[in-house]
Amino acid sequence: MAEKPTEEQILAGLAEIVEEVAGVESDEVTADKSFVDDLDIDSLSMVEIAVQAEDRFEVKIPDAELANLKTVGDAVSYVAKNA
Amino acid sequence: MTRIQQSRGAAASRILGIGSSQPERVVTNDELSTKMDTNDQWIRERVGIAERRFAGPDETVVSMGVEAGSKAIAASGLTPSDVDTVIVANCTNTVPMPNAAAQIAELVGARAAGGFDLNAACAGFCYGLASASDMVRAGSAERVLVIGSEKLTDIVDPLDRSTAIIFADAAGAAVVGPSDEPGIGPVAWGTAGDLAETIRMPNGRHIHQEGQSVFRWATTKIAPIALRAVELAGLTPADIDVLVPHQANLRIVEAIAKKLRQKGAREDMVVADDIVTSGNTSSASIPMAMDHMRAAGRVHSGDVALLIGFGAGLSYAGQVVICP
Repeated sequence: MAEKPTEEQILAGLAEIVEEVAGVESDEVTADKSFVDDLDIDSLSMVEIAVQAEDRFEVKIPDAELANLKTVGDAVSYVAKNA
Repeated sequence: MTRIQQSRGAAASRILGIGSSQPERVVTNDELSTKMDTNDQWIRERVGIAERRFAGPDETVVSMGVEAGSKAIAASGLTPSDVDTVIVANCTNTVPMPNAAAQIAELVGARAAGGFDLNAACAGFCYGLASASDMVRAGSAERVLVIGSEKLTDIVDPLDRSTAIIFADAAGAAVVGPSDEPGIGPVAWGTAGDLAETIRMPNGRHIHQEGQSVFRWATTKIAPIALRAVELAGLTPADIDVLVPHQANLRIVEAIAKKLRQKGAREDMVVADDIVTSGNTSSASIPMAMDHMRAAGRVHSGDVALLIGFGAGLSYAGQVVICP
């Protein structure tokens, strides 16, 4: 990506990824949602989401960092800060 | 000047026959749920396993290897004395000596055959197959019995739900011999020692794995290795009839298949899913999956199969073979 994505773009992109990986409707994927508790996403799907997000946003999301990304908003902030 | 004579081998090698062996006792997810905090749905969703087999005290790396090996020799149309070398891929034998290969050679009736054990964990069978193929072509062996035999339950904490639901016991075997036409392609192998810590035995007794790290590695790095094996064989992904990845986790198997299809593998490519009823049996999983698919009529003689093993080390190896 030539320019840094906006938080809105990141959220929209993450929602597409979450829908593809976990089959969650993309409009369910909002900043306040917890990946595990609200969207029922397991630890292995989180890895798949991270790998796709890395490719899409040109960012590194190490496994150690994944545990800190509890909500969709956490992930959006992380990508915005590190992309 | 003195000159050492060199041996001459066969023009090519192929798999002549395959066999496998599993313990008697079937262990369901419901049975495991009585011992630890897990349930059938959780296990099926995470790893895709419905049931697996656990060995009893009399079912060992050697005994399962003997049964699988004997079946492979019979399937090859050979007699045991035709086998001149035995390779046993194994990472779970609880004693380092005597090795399993010498005992298995004796017990299958391949008396005085050359024999050694090989440890490349879950990639072990593909390492053994590559070694056997090269031995036959170099002339250091004529017919090699390659076995993957594992009793994972000896190194799994039976109450650790992150491993006890996954690993199981079995053996798989193949006989490799000379051939006019190539039946085993060049191996694509390697290691990722920087990730050695992700699958290890920290207390020297029980296996531990960093699930997320291993999953990430397996779902991103293994498909390119498999594609390299296809390229080394001079083929394209569309030529592959059967994909047999190490049966680590059904989601890893499916991720590898998906990536290969994105690179041109066919939608009707048969994908091994033996893990569903056999669990993760490390080096035994690839030959056992081939044997089970053959018995079920899903794989036929002459089919082009892509094998790809990967596991602790981390280690990996893959090659294209013609099914016997």
